[in-house]
Amino acid sequence: MTTRIDTRFAELKAEGRAALVTFYMGGDPDPETSLKVIKALPKAGADLIEIGMAFTDPMADGPTIQAAGLRALSKGITLEKTLGIVSDFRKDDEKTPIILMGYFNPIFIYGVEKFLVDAKAAGVDGLIVVDCPPEEDDELCKPALKAGLNFIRLATPTTDEKRLPKVLQNTSGFVYYVSIAGITGAARPDPQKVGASVARIKSHTNLPVAVGFGVRTAADAAEIAKVADGVVVGSALVDAVRHSLHADGRPTELTVGSVVAIVEDIAKGVRSVKK
Amino acid sequence: MTIQQSLNSFRTGPDETGHFGNFGGRFVAETLMPLILDLEKAYADAKADPAFDAELKSFHTHYVGRPSPLYFAERLTEHVGGAKIYLKRDELNHTGAHKINNVLGQILLARRMGKTRIIAETGAGQHGVATATACARFGLKCVVYMGEVDVERQKPNVFRMKMLGAEIVPVVSGSKTLKDAMNEALRDWVTNVHDTFYCIGTSAGPHPYPMMVRDFQSIIGKEAREQMLEREGRLPDSLVACIGGGSNAIGLFHPFLDDKSVEIYGVEAAGHGVASGMHAASLNGGKPGVLHGNRTYLLMDGDGQIAEAHSISAGLDYPGIGPEHAWLHDTGRVTYLSTTDGEALEAFQLLSKLEGIIPALEPAHAIARAVEIAAKKPKDHLMIVNLCGRGDKDIFSVAEHLGGMS
Repeated sequence: MTTRIDTRFAELKAEGRAALVTFYMGGDPDPETSLKVIKALPKAGADLIEIGMAFTDPMADGPTIQAAGLRALSKGITLEKTLGIVSDFRKDDEKTPIILMGYFNPIFIYGVEKFLVDAKAAGVDGLIVVDCPPEEDDELCKPALKAGLNFIRLATPTTDEKRLPKVLQNTSGFVYYVSIAGITGAARPDPQKVGASVARIKSHTNLPVAVGFGVRTAADAAEIAKVADGVVVGSALVDAVRHSLHADGRPTELTVGSVVAIVEDIAKGVRSVKK
Repeated sequence: MTIQQSLNSFRTGPDETGHFGNFGGRFVAETLMPLILDLEKAYADAKADPAFDAELKSFHTHYVGRPSPLYFAERLTEHVGGAKIYLKRDELNHTGAHKINNVLGQILLARRMGKTRIIAETGAGQHGVATATACARFGLKCVVYMGEVDVERQKPNVFRMKMLGAEIVPVVSGSKTLKDAMNEALRDWVTNVHDTFYCIGTSAGPHPYPMMVRDFQSIIGKEAREQMLEREGRLPDSLVACIGGGSNAIGLFHPFLDDKSVEIYGVEAAGHGVASGMHAASLNGGKPGVLHGNRTYLLMDGDGQIAEAHSISAGLDYPGIGPEHAWLHDTGRVTYLSTTDGEALEAFQLLSKLEGIIPALEPAHAIARAVEIAAKKPKDHLMIVNLCGRGDKDIFSVAEHLGGMS
């Protein structure tokens, strides 16, 4: 079964360049504005879109993304409304892959089976659920694969050679390599080390490898694009939103444009590297 | 629903994947997964090594002051006019609470693993103080995450930790209490995987923590069992302990779980009352979900967003509970009750005046229900209440709630 994610990576490989994967928190700074931002992402240069499912206690995220989630929650975002954002996006865009990213509890409470049916119907292509490691695959990973969604796993600097096959076993779509041991938005990755790690992962799998955590500028993105199949950018977009807001958290006329500008810039970095 | 009859033993959990029935597990980010597997292996090795046990025992005796007494609360018993009430005096331990039992175990383990930096979360500050103490004793770097709200309401413990050389990091994210301190500690661990050991203070978190913390705290129940046999020639008829995450309670309960004649009561913090929505009673007012690495009962809204817990006691102010308690609740082996802030304050004063023992606000929750249960029992009913902490840390906040005592 081929998903939009598989198709997109295959197209870009033929085109000879890496993918730009953009993370944006669903509902930040409010559900309506977040839909506008997400709709603008493909034209700005995003090849795949990750939409954050807001959660009160995101243990692997830094303050930037946690704050984005709390902003979204304070404006009434729910998992159901996040799925609504995906449905609305799909009205105008049938091709750009959408990946939902977040934590297990909201999905568990929504009901795993119902969530998978609704996500598929909304036009979701894949899931990244940070706190569902291979050891808990029966919970969500296997049902998601059965429902026809990709389950994208994170590999990290602590995932050693012995563990890698286990991490890759039920992974599909692509592998998300977390370039630093740390939380989102923290230190910058060292491109040389990242290259070696990507090569290590590729020796175990034919899946594309996208690299994230710590990528903030076009130059960072170009460095990563040289060694990986995809570059993930998240905190930089979320920061752009935050800086654009009124003091009380309401969006300004600059909010959508500021995210678009940074994505356009980073896309140039990604596209400057021919493979 | 009870499945009590179909189980041969309540003491065999967790299974090899860290589950107690449907609860527990290892819901953590991939960065932490290899560390948790390492920890599991290191703990299994230590458990099998008589030298580890001998070292721990020696520290129990000479550093902590174990065994803690099992004290017959004569005047409280007279006052209640029912069951014979014994107090397991873990508040007499070095550092003033049961927390040191677990911390020593984990710190000795961290040393075996070659870790040089210890991180911990703390609510009331008792676990933080215990961790800072053990780190001082062994010359380890210690960083304690504490919610900003708790830093304010537990000042004496903050000062103690600083005195012991620990670095205190006030946590300003989320509700600024224990759950947020745990989030920050997990983030620290994700970032400093190589040299850092996360010393979790309660019987929650990803496997193997709930099992390991329970094992280290089971010294409470093992001693109580022997002491009661020695004093009364038979087992107790009931046990009562307060529950936040539930480490003191599981420590007392676990050695008795298969003694069917022993009634077991856990007491959650009901804050302003379970019906008010302002409480910390995960079992009585929550439902199963996944947080901090395990599936357990949690306080949350209909969308799975974690709710803030409310309790006068910082040590019980957590929106979850250890997974083994969730399982013992569902199987019906343990009965879980709750105590409001007001009832805890009354019990705090009652025990102080009748026995000359100022309890921490946490066990005051247990005392409140114990007194009520004991009143309905015959005079030959033997009850053990876990007095898991002393109240020195709480006297100022209690005085504030009572409007100053003259």
